[in-house]
Amino acid sequence: MSTETSTPTPAPQAKKTNRLGLELASYRGSKTTLCAGCGHNAITERIIDACYEMGVDAKKVIKLSGIGCSSKSPAYFLNQSHGFNSVHGRMPSVATGAMLANHTMAAIGVSGDGDTGAIGIGQFVHLMRRNLPLIYIIEDNGCYGLTKGQFSPTADLGTKAKNGVVNDLPPIDTCALAIELGATFVARSFSGDKKQLLSILKAAIAHRGTCMIDVISPCVTFNDHEGSTKSYAYVKEHDEALGEVTFVPFFEDISVDYEPGSTTEVTMHDGSHLFLKKISEHYDPTDKLAANRLLHETSLRGEFPTGVIYIEPDKDDFLTSLNMVEQPLAFLPQSMTRPAPSVLEELMAGLK
Amino acid sequence: MSSPLATAAPAESSSSQHVVNDFSISVATVNGSGSQTANLVLLRAIFQMGVPVSGKNMFPSNIAGLPTWYTIRANAKGYIARKKEIDFLVAMNAETAREDVLSLDPGRAVLYDVPLKLNELRDDLMFYSVPFDKIVAEVCPDAKLRRLVKNMIYDGVLSHLLSVDLGEMVEALSKTLGKKPKAMALNQAALEAGAKYAQEHFAVIQHPYRIQRMNKTGGLILVDGNAAAAMGCMFAGCTVVAWYPITPSSSLPESFISYMRKYRMDKDTGKATFAIVQAEDEIAAIGMVIGASWAGARAMTSTSGPGISLMSEFAGLAYYAEVPAVVFDIQRVGPSTGLPTRTAQGDILSTAVHSHGDTKHVLLLPASMGECFDMAGDAFDLSERLQTIVYVMSDLDLGMNTWMSEPFTYPTKPLDRGKVLDEAKVRELGASWGRYKDLDGDGIPWRTLPDTGTPSYFTRGSGHNAMAQYSERADDYTNNLDRLSKKFDTAAGLVPQPVIDDVKGAKVGIIAYGSSHWAVIESRDLLKDEASLDTSYLRLRAYPFPESVDAFIRRHDRVYVVEQNRDAQMLSLLRIDIDPALQTRLRSVLHYSGLPIDARSVTQSIVAQEKQ
Repeated sequence: MSTETSTPTPAPQAKKTNRLGLELASYRGSKTTLCAGCGHNAITERIIDACYEMGVDAKKVIKLSGIGCSSKSPAYFLNQSHGFNSVHGRMPSVATGAMLANHTMAAIGVSGDGDTGAIGIGQFVHLMRRNLPLIYIIEDNGCYGLTKGQFSPTADLGTKAKNGVVNDLPPIDTCALAIELGATFVARSFSGDKKQLLSILKAAIAHRGTCMIDVISPCVTFNDHEGSTKSYAYVKEHDEALGEVTFVPFFEDISVDYEPGSTTEVTMHDGSHLFLKKISEHYDPTDKLAANRLLHETSLRGEFPTGVIYIEPDKDDFLTSLNMVEQPLAFLPQSMTRPAPSVLEELMAGLK
Repeated sequence: MSSPLATAAPAESSSSQHVVNDFSISVATVNGSGSQTANLVLLRAIFQMGVPVSGKNMFPSNIAGLPTWYTIRANAKGYIARKKEIDFLVAMNAETAREDVLSLDPGRAVLYDVPLKLNELRDDLMFYSVPFDKIVAEVCPDAKLRRLVKNMIYDGVLSHLLSVDLGEMVEALSKTLGKKPKAMALNQAALEAGAKYAQEHFAVIQHPYRIQRMNKTGGLILVDGNAAAAMGCMFAGCTVVAWYPITPSSSLPESFISYMRKYRMDKDTGKATFAIVQAEDEIAAIGMVIGASWAGARAMTSTSGPGISLMSEFAGLAYYAEVPAVVFDIQRVGPSTGLPTRTAQGDILSTAVHSHGDTKHVLLLPASMGECFDMAGDAFDLSERLQTIVYVMSDLDLGMNTWMSEPFTYPTKPLDRGKVLDEAKVRELGASWGRYKDLDGDGIPWRTLPDTGTPSYFTRGSGHNAMAQYSERADDYTNNLDRLSKKFDTAAGLVPQPVIDDVKGAKVGIIAYGSSHWAVIESRDLLKDEASLDTSYLRLRAYPFPESVDAFIRRHDRVYVVEQNRDAQMLSLLRIDIDPALQTRLRSVLHYSGLPIDARSVTQSIVAQEKQ
């Protein structure tokens, strides 16, 4: 009896169910209102797939966003979840508050490159710094779609807008920033790379802490022309996959074959496993410095690496550091939140 | 009409008369010199002697080195507003001493440090010179500590000059420093040395001002409004606080933190029944409060004018998406950075309609320590009941100054968590429920919380219909706005109602709110005594205004709206909301110097306007 009308499109696996006995359709949301071919819709599909395959309980998820094309998308997945389309660039604070109120929830936040890199950079910085358990997805198309194509702060130096204007400022690398600031799961992907994005999202669901996923997601209407570095064609050509990302959830048997030394295996917070097949012998995704060096070097070559760039599976998250009672603060009974009359008497006696 | 007002009679400095329990002391020091302890000891000692007293700190926005004045008023009748005139000046600050002395009315008394030679400035004042450096050197061997200890000497001197019992001063001192025996001993020695010096040197002079024991403070407490509000939040079951430091609000969350750590740790697990986050700015603070309230917590933030300005966009979201949020605004002088350490009631208008588009918000207007405590509880109940943002409009005078109060009353009403659907209610309502549907005719819809097994909905600040679906339809928008108006009408009946004192036959009414109350009650007595003017009084305790406000104005020919801002903000708000036929009855009394309003200024303004 949700208030959003869901329009499940019959998928080939419609009869199939996940470990909760749910069909894929139950993870869908309302019909998208974004442009046909928008990368954001592909990301929405992968979120639905990932939640389905992971057997996520949508009733235990909250989905949040800021403002912009990207931020409309939480309406298009997980109809069973409470959703919050907040204000421009301030989703991190709303998500933080919601998680303080109920630390047992899982949170998915969707933002855009303008929503994150420009108006929201302050809240983004502090969100990363706190390592709040949250999957933070930037649907990154390098431009403001909803206001018709102005450059955003992730637009590359020299990239051309549809009207011919050339961007003369360097981009903000949200992944480098997130790693530097304390995010514990940092990935970059491409909306067109179904397999990789799905694996990354599933791993993010298994991770406890801030997962910052920058997904290059071309804007078919305003930023898909020649001269743009965020067009489908350009991105396909310059996407430098770090290697294969294989995720094995805790509820499945591990059956991954790899040559010793070729792959980094990461055990996740919930017992799941992440296998990252290396591109270079020197790169270790759990090494912060190496991750930043990789981002720096590839950006000098005009490429962007995709895959899980940095992961720190065991760092304490923000909510743990607050030492809260187990029961969500939202549902504490009055007996736990209003001290006894004797406490007031004691306070009053101290002021006499 | 009324007779012209006599100017305030100066206290007689002749030997024939004393002023007993009715004078003000101003201690002029340099901030960061540790004078606060000495000032509070003096205040508390007078309080312990049963004499009604109030303390107001006029301090700079600075950590050390700039002038600060602490005024203490003792008044047998219980008037605790700021007194405009200074009766006894303690001049410890060389930089301001000259101006401070020149601004005194004739006949007043001055206690000063010998090298300042203030006695050369005027011959119509009573001067007491004290060699502070010499006395402090004798009692405090450690030169580094002398600057801090020096202030206790004036307390000692004052104990003799004002007949404040030295024993009471020692007891007051031990309340502050009792747990630090070394500091206690040192300060007590300075106190006693000051008293001894005064006894030896000023013994033969008839001193004009005296404190005499009374029994008017028995059972009362001394507290500041920010601590009172913090306690109120704790007993209101607040679970989430997000805040950003700003004067004069910071001591509210800081007091809250200390209370919560002591009294709100779960006994069985030792874990916190709360979360407190110092946010990166006020925007994030209100964002966290809205997120937490949306997910079902009782959440609050505390700020002042500049923070209110920053929170504006989120305020509109809370209003339009109907999410509870509690905001304390400890008002200070604006616009812009303004005077961060001075008081005002300057955020009334901007907060009542905080944010863009059509918005109207519930404002609570505490006037006392008891109301700072009680209205914290009211704010959470109303915010959850009405599913909207609620502001508690305190100010620097209430929040940071020391006030006498009756002990607070333990709240007996259970927490009102408002219209939240549980699974049973969902079954009962069936398909009739929509997130923004007015099922009860009061404009207040039912909401669901995540993780309660109830239906989800999508919250958004963009256009939505009664079912919480995105909508740009004209009728959906208009219906929603009209329902929000209806909800605001409902609020008028739920908020704390005005306190009305109707005086039979009075043609003149006064409307005031918040910290202006104390000057008004004193001014009403002055108007009666000095100008034979009877006045009725309505004290506003909240916005929106209930019908009783219109009725009060209708019963009086002229109604003075007293407030602490330049633009008559509450009067403007009244003009918008009351019966247009009543508008011409409203007049304005304004005080906006940054200092707390005083009765003399109110009286003079009303008398002058009555003559017109």
